[in-house]
Amino acid sequence: MIVSRQKPIEDILSSLDGCRSVFLIGCTKCATVCKSGGEEEVWQMQEELLAAGIEVTGSLVIDEACHMLRVSRDLRSKQQMVDDADSILVMACGAGIQSVSAATSKKTVAALDSLFLGNIRRFGQFEQKCSLCGECILTQTAGICPVTACAKGLLNGPCGGMDNGRCETDQESPCAWAEIFERLQKTPQSCDLESYRPPKNHGKVPKPGKLKLPK
Amino acid sequence: MTSTPSRLQQKLEGEQFVFTTEVCPPKGADCDTFVAVARELAPHVDAVNVTDNQGAHMRISPLAAAALLQREGVEPVFQLTCRDRNRLALQSDLLGAAALGVKNVLLLTGDHISFGDHKEAKTVFDLDSVQLIDVASRLCRGEDLSGRKLHGAPSFFIGAAAAPEAEPFELTLFKLRKKIAAGAQFLQTQAVFDPAACQKFHQAVAPLGARIIAGIIILKSAGMARFINANIPGLNIPDTIITELENSPHPHTTGIDIACRLAAEIKPYCHGIHIMPMGLERGVAAIVSSVSA
Repeated sequence: MIVSRQKPIEDILSSLDGCRSVFLIGCTKCATVCKSGGEEEVWQMQEELLAAGIEVTGSLVIDEACHMLRVSRDLRSKQQMVDDADSILVMACGAGIQSVSAATSKKTVAALDSLFLGNIRRFGQFEQKCSLCGECILTQTAGICPVTACAKGLLNGPCGGMDNGRCETDQESPCAWAEIFERLQKTPQSCDLESYRPPKNHGKVPKPGKLKLPK
Repeated sequence: MTSTPSRLQQKLEGEQFVFTTEVCPPKGADCDTFVAVARELAPHVDAVNVTDNQGAHMRISPLAAAALLQREGVEPVFQLTCRDRNRLALQSDLLGAAALGVKNVLLLTGDHISFGDHKEAKTVFDLDSVQLIDVASRLCRGEDLSGRKLHGAPSFFIGAAAAPEAEPFELTLFKLRKKIAAGAQFLQTQAVFDPAACQKFHQAVAPLGARIIAGIIILKSAGMARFINANIPGLNIPDTIITELENSPHPHTTGIDIACRLAAEIKPYCHGIHIMPMGLERGVAAIVSSVSA
């Protein structure tokens, strides 16, 4: 899921400078799980905006704000409320915000910062395991991704900052390569630490990324 | 651009013991002091390393600094890290160094940007140190990373870093073997304090063919030693050394004495010594003469 975090309310209010009325949008998926843009947070935002003297013309928590057609359709169902607002405040990830900005000519304001593709460790605790690099090497690295888990994304082993199996950037964090090494000691797999891994092909995921399934 | 090997390479390949030291390029465009310090050290050593935005602190380009030393007749070791440059910039800088007469290169991953003075910068790490060593070897063979032919191949003496006292040792060895297989001809180690660890390192690495230049750091005080232990991974200064510095009325002199003693103790387990003077440049000559005696 996409892990997101709400911007400080002062920043949001400053982005809404000059807007007297706002239409609010949340998302039922990732932003709900991250407690950054679900039903509850949209309601809280409404209270904060009212307290700041900003009228809320209406709100909508969209089922997958990243779904562009669905966002267009849902916005049409609230056309009047959207039209009445000076701007739309979107409490969804950057993908969701852009589904909204693509569906309307209204000023679109981002309420969240999108952080990373995250796993859920437990409720309210998220960890990045995958960097969406477009060239998965997990089979060769004992199921632990050094592109993500190593602070430097190194492909051929630990840097000189590794000591006692810890990472130089955070003594609380294990070195990704120490973890890979340890896992291979316990359960030998077909991966080989000795073999040279060539540089990543960053051309595999074009920027911006696009994928069209064959019909 | 000549293909004559550097003095450092000639001596190491000729089984002669070598000494190197390092000078940090300045933060600013005035290189007078930098060059003066390097010139002062040069008579005592075979080459002078020029660090690359050391500790992720922005300084003058090590390529420019190395070229300045080269122009002054001081043989440089050009340190190049993967932190700030993508594969195009790394190859460009390597070729640029070669064109300016620089032959010794020490190819490193680089300290993480979070340690430095530009913490908000984007880290690059397009290549890692093993891949960078491979790239330098390819350039020497006359082709770039994309396989295209070069107009004039450089000739480098390629070095890599090693941390003999970092644990797990076996894990660091995997990477060292890859560095050597990719073309590393010499290994410069982190500062070492334990001769037994150097012996173990020598036994494991010397058969792979790379020359070992062991790192010796000059400690100026007990406080500095404690700071290093707490903040620099892979460096383990024993309590006995810290106590010795603490009890000394002249810690600078004691620090130099400790470095001389360590250098003599590890000499059997390396092919050269790299001295990190940490501002005590007078220690360099002292260490060299005590080891050479």
